[in-house]
Amino acid sequence: MPTPLHSEAREEERERQAGFACRVFCCAGTACLSAEGEAVWESLIDARATHGLKDKVDLVRTGCMGLCSKGPLVRVEMADVAPCLYGPVSAMFARLIMTEHVAPALARGDEFIRPEFLASQALPSDLAFFAQQKRVVLSRIDRADPERITDALAHGAYVALAGALEKQPQALIDELQASGLRGRGGGGYPTGQKWANAAGTEADRRFVICNGDEGDPGAYVDRSILEGDPHAVLEGMLLSGYAVGASHGYVYVRAEYELAVRRVRCAIEQAREQGLLGDAVMGSDFAFDCKVFTAAGAFVCGEETALIASIEGQRGTPRPRPPYPSECGLWGCPTVISNVETLANVPRIIEQSAAWFRSIGTADSPGTKVFSMAGRARLAGLVEVPMGTKLSTVVDSLGGGTKTGRPVRAVQIGGLSGGLVPAEQLDTTLSYEAMSELGSIVGSGGMIVLDDNDDLLDLARFFLQYAVEESCGRCAACRIGTHQLLNLATKIREEGATDDDLVLAERLSETMQATSLCGLGKAAPRTLMSFLRNWSDLVPRKETSTGGDA
Amino acid sequence: MVKLSINNRDVEVPEGTSILDAASELGIKVPTLCHFKLDDFDIESKAGSCRVCVVEVEGRPNLAPSCCTPATDGMKVKTNSVRAINARRTMLDLLLSNHPKDCLTCQRNLDCDLQRLAGEMGLHRILFEGEQMEHEVDRANESIVRDPNKCIMCRRCEAACNVMQTVGILSAVDRGFDAVVMPTNKHSLAETKCTFCGQCVQACPTGALTAVNRSYDVWRELNHPAKFKVVQTAPAVRVALGEAFGQEPGSVSTGKMVAALRKLGFDRVFDTDFAADLTIMEETTELIGRLTSGENLPILTSCCPGWVKFFEHQFPDLINIPSTAKSPQQMFGAIAKTYYAEKADIAPDNMLVASVMPCLAKKYEAAREEFAPNGVRDVDIVISTRELANMIKEAGIQFNDLEESEFDNPLGESTGAGVIFGATGGVLEAALRTAADWLSDEPIEDVNFTAVRGLSGIREATVTVAGKDIRVAIASGLSNARDLLDKIRKGEARYEAIEIMACPGGCINGGGQPSIKGDTSILEKRRQALYVIDEDKQIRKSHENPSIQKLYKEFLGKPGSERAHKLLHTHYTERENA
Repeated sequence: MPTPLHSEAREEERERQAGFACRVFCCAGTACLSAEGEAVWESLIDARATHGLKDKVDLVRTGCMGLCSKGPLVRVEMADVAPCLYGPVSAMFARLIMTEHVAPALARGDEFIRPEFLASQALPSDLAFFAQQKRVVLSRIDRADPERITDALAHGAYVALAGALEKQPQALIDELQASGLRGRGGGGYPTGQKWANAAGTEADRRFVICNGDEGDPGAYVDRSILEGDPHAVLEGMLLSGYAVGASHGYVYVRAEYELAVRRVRCAIEQAREQGLLGDAVMGSDFAFDCKVFTAAGAFVCGEETALIASIEGQRGTPRPRPPYPSECGLWGCPTVISNVETLANVPRIIEQSAAWFRSIGTADSPGTKVFSMAGRARLAGLVEVPMGTKLSTVVDSLGGGTKTGRPVRAVQIGGLSGGLVPAEQLDTTLSYEAMSELGSIVGSGGMIVLDDNDDLLDLARFFLQYAVEESCGRCAACRIGTHQLLNLATKIREEGATDDDLVLAERLSETMQATSLCGLGKAAPRTLMSFLRNWSDLVPRKETSTGGDA
Repeated sequence: MVKLSINNRDVEVPEGTSILDAASELGIKVPTLCHFKLDDFDIESKAGSCRVCVVEVEGRPNLAPSCCTPATDGMKVKTNSVRAINARRTMLDLLLSNHPKDCLTCQRNLDCDLQRLAGEMGLHRILFEGEQMEHEVDRANESIVRDPNKCIMCRRCEAACNVMQTVGILSAVDRGFDAVVMPTNKHSLAETKCTFCGQCVQACPTGALTAVNRSYDVWRELNHPAKFKVVQTAPAVRVALGEAFGQEPGSVSTGKMVAALRKLGFDRVFDTDFAADLTIMEETTELIGRLTSGENLPILTSCCPGWVKFFEHQFPDLINIPSTAKSPQQMFGAIAKTYYAEKADIAPDNMLVASVMPCLAKKYEAAREEFAPNGVRDVDIVISTRELANMIKEAGIQFNDLEESEFDNPLGESTGAGVIFGATGGVLEAALRTAADWLSDEPIEDVNFTAVRGLSGIREATVTVAGKDIRVAIASGLSNARDLLDKIRKGEARYEAIEIMACPGGCINGGGQPSIKGDTSILEKRRQALYVIDEDKQIRKSHENPSIQKLYKEFLGKPGSERAHKLLHTHYTERENA
């Protein structure tokens, strides 16, 4: 067999990169771009030209580097010197990095001493925010250009696929089942089981869908992965397709994620050019192709049956399960539908083995989890930690406590479907089992740190308002329940709660959780409920109670 | 088979059976609202949207909607756990919070599933206040009133409109609290390809879809001092009206119905069955003409206004094959206001022709532009079986105690062939009886063409008439009609004659009939009752109806004559698909 196209490209790229004395990485994630990251990038290019360093300095735009609260971020890497991360970087400061750091360092080598004013803008190299992460999914995101497939290839993309194509599909299914990988979108269903179900269902056609309809307030994990390492996701889809016998995949991304949509489309195109997608993947007889489906951005379309309905051109509303999509999904065919982060895990597992994967995390929750930390966190952004890490470690060590200096009151985790974890319970570990004991979930990765000045009732109302707006209206529990629960919460805010109000809120919440058709309605009451249950002293009360049964 | 226990009792059911149906095997009725099932027509809507039928399943963290959760082996179900009861009540509380509280003046008062359930579950106060949906009420057509404010999003009407009838008008629009079932782009029904069959009205558990009520107009006309008031009653009315007065399904109440109409104040009580016989005269003439020439086959019946509007919208390319004969209702009106008016010396514009129909589309039909020659409507007001029942109650008439009365003549005389128009297959059988006689040298003796009878959606038969094989097909329910027409369009099937009725089972299951509440066995009883009336008739062939013979002799000449064409035939219009 001739050397596949992509292998040549990989080698060329590695050689090219090795030819530079210095590589400067500039974050091109949405957060940094929205903080004049574009100007920073242009400034770097301009400064490099001024110094005539085009042959010596490689400029690379990467995916999200993680520390979004310090963005835009720029990282300078030279041989034999520890990388240096700057942030926040202005366009002016970017020029200074090139003029006062890169150029003199290249000229003087070991003699170079970084001026004090530059060091003040540099982030400590041993920052716990980075040091305590375990990057599996995000291993490539801060070092490869998501718009150049050769860069991804040089960093190991599609190595897992090449190995997998030598094996029987069943071997992949076995490996994934052994790995214990569970869906990272919130449900936590074992991904290997989905594969086994889809492969085991008689069908002419099967589909793979990447669920990129991330919609939880505060969550941007999937967006960052799609923007930063689309090839990890495509490779995950290819592996899923090969394992279950699917030849078509959809990347379902909300249209608001413009950059993600653009980068995934670009990745698909480049993967086709390299023979990684198409009729003969890597020259094998495995055919697989992908397309992007831009979604209208309804939160409920993150629910798999609603998502499928919307691809089919139907109203985007969930339907009762069973049947599950792995048996009867898109166009009635077995469909493996996985979240972005889940898919990005797949190549790593196939490449490194299930045992390796299980060496990270806990017994019931192997692997890592990416969180997007926001709110009052001193250092906010994207973090990847092993499952089983204590919530307090993430908030206090990685996040550095609150930026206000006030004590943490609670952490809202898991978005709409999660809940408020009180400060006293921050010792809980981040794992499916521990979070579910707490009545919350690991969820899609949203993590909002709140201090003792934050109004939890208002936060709960915000989440309820969101649920009201995003309810599809199919089942009465959610359609009317969210509306009435918001009414109750607003009444409590404005007039104070009577005993009846609290009983009614409890009863309504329980009913919504027990009867709603899909996760949205089940989840909608969670934040309000965890507030009412855990902070009864903070619940505004109305003096006189009307009594009576509710 | 799977074995499970429900409320500690074991039951064995076929795989795929819902918990709801399994419970019903044990005689346990789980309350439902959105669930809608018509056994004989293979229609089941289990949107799972109302969440009222939730039950406790051991080992599950959440409650399970019993209508759309399949029973599995070893499952342990409790239908009345405290949590399930609480949830059910809360769901109803929620539905009521977004529902108008005008029960007393609602058309569905005392006949509303939501109201009934609220009663059964002992909801005695409004738990949740707050704003409600505000939508415009659609009254822009003759047949159906659509009040979205009363919609509980059960989606039953969608099953009727889109699955049973494949008309495809109703679907959910908007999202969340604003979600409601409506025509696309919030069109009014009048702007759409709605056939006004009324099956959505029959499916609706609340007052969101109701019939246009014209009983007040009838009262006003009945009290008009100068007008001559004539009424006609369709075949299917007499086998269903009694149900509204507590009679067993399948009871025949022709005599009491006629008596009641007299008591209401009609000057003449006539029978649409007479006009059905007349329809056979014209339609069979057309059939024989086409058989002889071999052109323009198959002939399709045109008695059903829902079906007529359906093909005008959906099959405009086949617009020349339905019979041009008007429906019995419209033939009656045309004859009443010409022949009878002349005979009785009444000015047509001083005559009220009212109809009692099992149908809501008949209201629309009577108002069609072409049915008002010289500005005088052939049929002035159409009321449904349900409206008549209400008028009888309103008038304080003790229906069950009435002494039976007979139709007036001449427009009240009819044959067995006329009455079976009320059931699917009846029109075709009536036509075959006449065609057989007309094509043979001698009158046929056995008039029972049983091959065309039954309730199944599509039936096919080859009938030998005077040594000639005639291939016939019958479809009831518009999805079946669509299947049949698609075959004809593609040239996959050949027939000489086809009968189509919009409602599954025919007029006995019309949109204006007393609700069968999902019990399709009622339809079979109504159907059989029609054939009993047929059997009991002395004359069972339309062309042998003496009054019909007299009508042709005195007024129309021959079937298919110029005058017959002017009064008894119509044309169809290609209609847009909104």
